[in-house]
Amino acid sequence: MFPSARIRNFSIIAHIDHGKSTLADRLLERTGAISAREMRDQVLDSMDLERERGITIKAQAVRLNYRSREGEDYVLNLIDTPGHVDFSYEVSRSLAACEGALLLADAAQGVQAQTVANAHMAINAGLEVIPVINKIDLPAADPERVTGELVGILGGGPDEVLSISAKTGAGVDDLLEAIIAHFPPPEGSIDDPLRALVFDSYYDIYRGVVCYVRVVDGTLAVGERVQFMATGESHDAEEVGVLTPKAVAVGALGPGEVGYLITGVKEIGRIKVGDTITNARRPAVSALAGYDEPKPMVFSGLFPTDGDDYERLREALDKLTLNDASLQYEPETSKALGFGFRLGFLGLLHMEIVRERLEREYDLDLVATAPSVAFRVTMQDGSTLDIRSPQDLPDPTARVEIQEPYVKAMIIAPAGFVGPIMELVQARRGEMGTMHYLSPERVELTYRLPLSEVVFDFFDLLKSRTKGYATLDYETAGYRSSDLVKVDILLNSVPVDAFSSIVHRDKAATYGRTMVERLRALIPRQLFDVPIQAAVGGRIIARETVKAKRKDVTAKCYGGDISRKRKLLDRQKEGKKRMKLVGSVEVPQEAFVAALRVDLDE
Amino acid sequence: MVIDSPDSPDLADEAASWPAVYIHLPFCARVCPYCDFAVVAGRDDLTDRYVAALLAEISSEPDWLPLRSVYFGGGTPSRVAPELLARLVADIGHRFGLEPGAEISLEANPEDWSPGTAVGLVDAGFNRVSFGAQSFHPEVLRSLGRVHLPEAVPVAVEAARHAGFATVNLDLIYGTPGERLSEWEDTLAMAMGMGPDHVSCYSLTVERGTELYRQVEAGSPGPDPDLQADQYELADELLARHGLVAYEVSNWARPGHHCRYNLAVWGQAEYLSFGMGAHRYRDGVRSHNLSRLDLYLEAIEQGASARRGMERIEGWPAELERLFLGLRRRAGVKMGPAGRRLIESVEGKELVAAGALASRGDRLVVLRPLLTDAVIRAVLALSPG
Repeated sequence: MFPSARIRNFSIIAHIDHGKSTLADRLLERTGAISAREMRDQVLDSMDLERERGITIKAQAVRLNYRSREGEDYVLNLIDTPGHVDFSYEVSRSLAACEGALLLADAAQGVQAQTVANAHMAINAGLEVIPVINKIDLPAADPERVTGELVGILGGGPDEVLSISAKTGAGVDDLLEAIIAHFPPPEGSIDDPLRALVFDSYYDIYRGVVCYVRVVDGTLAVGERVQFMATGESHDAEEVGVLTPKAVAVGALGPGEVGYLITGVKEIGRIKVGDTITNARRPAVSALAGYDEPKPMVFSGLFPTDGDDYERLREALDKLTLNDASLQYEPETSKALGFGFRLGFLGLLHMEIVRERLEREYDLDLVATAPSVAFRVTMQDGSTLDIRSPQDLPDPTARVEIQEPYVKAMIIAPAGFVGPIMELVQARRGEMGTMHYLSPERVELTYRLPLSEVVFDFFDLLKSRTKGYATLDYETAGYRSSDLVKVDILLNSVPVDAFSSIVHRDKAATYGRTMVERLRALIPRQLFDVPIQAAVGGRIIARETVKAKRKDVTAKCYGGDISRKRKLLDRQKEGKKRMKLVGSVEVPQEAFVAALRVDLDE
Repeated sequence: MVIDSPDSPDLADEAASWPAVYIHLPFCARVCPYCDFAVVAGRDDLTDRYVAALLAEISSEPDWLPLRSVYFGGGTPSRVAPELLARLVADIGHRFGLEPGAEISLEANPEDWSPGTAVGLVDAGFNRVSFGAQSFHPEVLRSLGRVHLPEAVPVAVEAARHAGFATVNLDLIYGTPGERLSEWEDTLAMAMGMGPDHVSCYSLTVERGTELYRQVEAGSPGPDPDLQADQYELADELLARHGLVAYEVSNWARPGHHCRYNLAVWGQAEYLSFGMGAHRYRDGVRSHNLSRLDLYLEAIEQGASARRGMERIEGWPAELERLFLGLRRRAGVKMGPAGRRLIESVEGKELVAAGALASRGDRLVVLRPLLTDAVIRAVLALSPG
């Protein structure tokens, strides 16, 4: 156990591409945790998918041994935080394991919404924050302006802002000294009963669930019986260790120390991020604050293209939840798409990651229904229902009102884009909150918006209307009553459940028109006219028709053509087999995929 | 003697036993942008070698029956010298024998045709000629990549008649992008003005691997299937008015002038075939030759077989193929096991409901020829069990 006075626990808060991973690499290198020769770029972002997307999905913790200029030995625990709004609960738990945070801003791009949101989160969590300007070696660097922005957010003086280049290493040594000087050592009593925060976990195929922990009070020692206070489960501490970044087993972790715990639990769902670990024989009186269940925000039905793959999809989801505790799923049946699952995600990025992993790692061909948020329905009898699928919406006669989740959104952009941003937000039913100039050139806007309006394509539109300059962050802000309706799409008078959506009354016509127009282009002509209608209740709000096909014949079939034509027709026949029969209408799988694209506006 | 109508069921069924031979002559002045046949352009220098190879291939074929039809297709058979064509006809007659009054037919481009050629070919035994007229609109002809002028066609037809050809066919193409319904009507009227005995109307089709395919992929407009449907219906009506009887999806003939070779193929008759890329069906096996000219020539000249790919067609697949081929005819097919299965199937019932398919006594017929492939896909999906 290391004396807590010489421990510093901290995170790096940064916008995507502002250099967090590069700085982490540099810190590892400077403290000798990893030699330059071993250095692989951005060792902390280990998953392929993360590397491709330039984001971090799972937090990790690295223990660095640092000898200060004064010649004193310190332990620096660098706790990585996820960089996306979908994972804000995970960010809050990682921050809860720290006393300090480096707020990293790109010297050219300046402060972004995500940075500000996470900085606020860090300040609210009581962390010391050191503002750091990165990439000062860039030709476009404007440290003066960015210093102004950082001071505007954090207060303090311009002299407290450090300037570095994580790429070249310039300023990194001073940064290390600032970390030991400015970040407070952990407080906590070794004599109190054990309290350790689980700030992340992952599933290892050999060891089962590995918990990342930060000890607050007491000691976490191998062989002891530990209890998880939220779930009430008790397990033996089979292994306790630290990450250097290699896993190194230790006998015990004391107050302020960060490391890992293996208990032999195989199901990640049994370990909750944010839970408090205590000693089963000498339990703490109260758990650490801040525990929450992961709440899915976005729901989507996932169906195998080939109905025979249903079992494979189930197995893949079982495996995926081993290392993604926030993923929820339950079986769902669609008349149009057959057997599948309704999945709950933390956000749209989370949804995309899960779908990609299912398709890539498990080789599944999937159709996803339009993503939906969870609506809260108040029934005539006063009870409330959470609706995660439009199919589950009760009849208008049975319900009193529908509420939808709202978010508080923060947008940071150059001042010249305020007009286009306001237009966009208004079109998305947003209500203006505050407007605050970070500097004469850049402004911070806050809004209240329905989650359903933000979660799908809002960010893309925001980017395109601000030439890529605007950044966005949001947090949940409760439920509010809205004038919502269910739009049904009917093919040849038969409603197709997969295409139904719950939308605001003002958006119903747009949704309906977009869907029927898309489907008209996607559904092949049949032997009969196929009317495609959008309806709210019994009222048709949009209609198109796929005209019956008139010509379906090969011009020539002579002696030399027979084999080839037969093969061609055989292939077409096979293609027909892959179509889903909706009522009497043959609909290609691709039509479901293409019709359910989320970008309804453009 | 009663002359059978081209759409007569008896004729259609009888054709199943007609022995026929196909000779492929791949030479063309240029490759038309829509053509995906086995053709070569600018290699007329190889004609002599090619004919010699054909003769060798014919001589190596086992004995067969006297022929009801010999069909020279291409490519452009009219690019080959009449003397060489005469030699081939004589050789085939010598090898297999010809039935009295056997059909001896060739495809010809109007620009290759002269009164002298016509007379020479009649002397060689040819009695049927099929001209690639395609259209009588210069612009349409140009976009089809055809080099002849519209006025060359009546001249060629007249020369053929004068020389004594018993049957003259005109090939027409409809649905070329940019061609209006009225222009197609003009083309049909011009064709009728020449009094052809037989007309083939083909919807322009974008085949993979063709120049047209590349153009359409690159964004040029392709044929409009609805306009093509209008054009087909117009042709069906107009040709009938001129005494031409529809007997297959794309073919119309005056009574007595049906194409025997093609009726044999659609009747699932066995037929022989020679030349590069040629397909044949004999002894229950469908096989085809090498489709590259150099490889075909080398194989034959080395005394080897030019055959590549073969498949045995028997049992249920043969029964399905009987319907697949026969349903293209207006006469339809004898019901048979596959026909009965089709009419009882869900898809068959849908096709009947859509007015595309009907049973007529012991026959199955396609009532909407424009939907023939929809019917055939349903046929190919049938299982014997």
